[in-house]
Amino acid sequence: MIDTKYFFKGFKSIKGVGSPAIALAASFVAIGALLKSLGFTVGESIFSTFLTYALPGSLVMAESMLIGASLINIFLAVWLVNARLYPMTVALMPLLIHENQPKWKYYLSCHFIAVSSWLIMKDNYEVIEKENRIDFWIGIGTATWSVAILATVVGFIASDFLNKDTLIGLAIINPIYFTCMMLSAMKTIQISLSVTLGAIIGPMFYFLSPEWCILFGGFFAGTIAFLIGEKNGK
Amino acid sequence: MANNIIIVIIVTSLATYLSRFLGVISAEKIKETSKMFRWFNCLAYSTLAALIARMIIFPSGSLNEVDYFIRFIVVFLAVIIFYLTRKNLVYPTLFSGIILSLFNFYL
Repeated sequence: MIDTKYFFKGFKSIKGVGSPAIALAASFVAIGALLKSLGFTVGESIFSTFLTYALPGSLVMAESMLIGASLINIFLAVWLVNARLYPMTVALMPLLIHENQPKWKYYLSCHFIAVSSWLIMKDNYEVIEKENRIDFWIGIGTATWSVAILATVVGFIASDFLNKDTLIGLAIINPIYFTCMMLSAMKTIQISLSVTLGAIIGPMFYFLSPEWCILFGGFFAGTIAFLIGEKNGK
Repeated sequence: MANNIIIVIIVTSLATYLSRFLGVISAEKIKETSKMFRWFNCLAYSTLAALIARMIIFPSGSLNEVDYFIRFIVVFLAVIIFYLTRKNLVYPTLFSGIILSLFNFYL
């Protein structure tokens, strides 16, 4: 069903110098502490990371609960903040789809798409033959997802010991990890321009609409980068 | 708390899974060599870059309490460490967390 050789090869991505474990753990420790302060039990906190596994979505859920938002508003707010997962999925799955593999693997494993797992897969897919990429991906996804769930539990238990300075330290780790990963992904004109323009135009749109700035900024920056790249041999 | 926590979690997870699910449906019709794929690839990277820039420039939560200037210095130093250590991701991440906690404690 799943080729364990490739699964474990992917699973091992959480070891070594390129490991996302520290960054992932740092942010989900903070989430665990936040959920506890909102009145979640440890079981509910695990359930939340288990089912959602997307950091901005969990943060929006927490904020919405604090202001007593309705379920439909929570749904819309989370959908909006996690809509970036759509272009990320479309930019990943064609690299993994193979006719010899069953479809359920794709519909189930898309749950693992989050920034860190996505960046690792994008960085490594070329060294795996296409037919085995989905099993490699499931390995990466299972590993990063497990780290997130464990870190949520640690954060929940340790929340009483996490002071403000520690939480601030934890909060910077994830953006730093993402920044470094993005810098090393800048290998073609299109990707380099996408990253650079996205980082400039996205925050500019913040002044027009804080809710929509990431999607609008990303859309404009990505489209400009695509057009320039196509004209200049990618 | 107006809503049941379990129901809120399920609603959050459905809202999140929706984009992933629609992404797989669209991906089934897109070849990795097509222009459409390259466009989505650009959109994905630019959206992520926008997200990360927002996390650093307009953070929500505790990072908000740290001065802009300090945030930028920490990012700048972490990137230098990343290149000095031949793209090791462990050192810059650990460094940034520790240094920012200390900065915030002492400044």
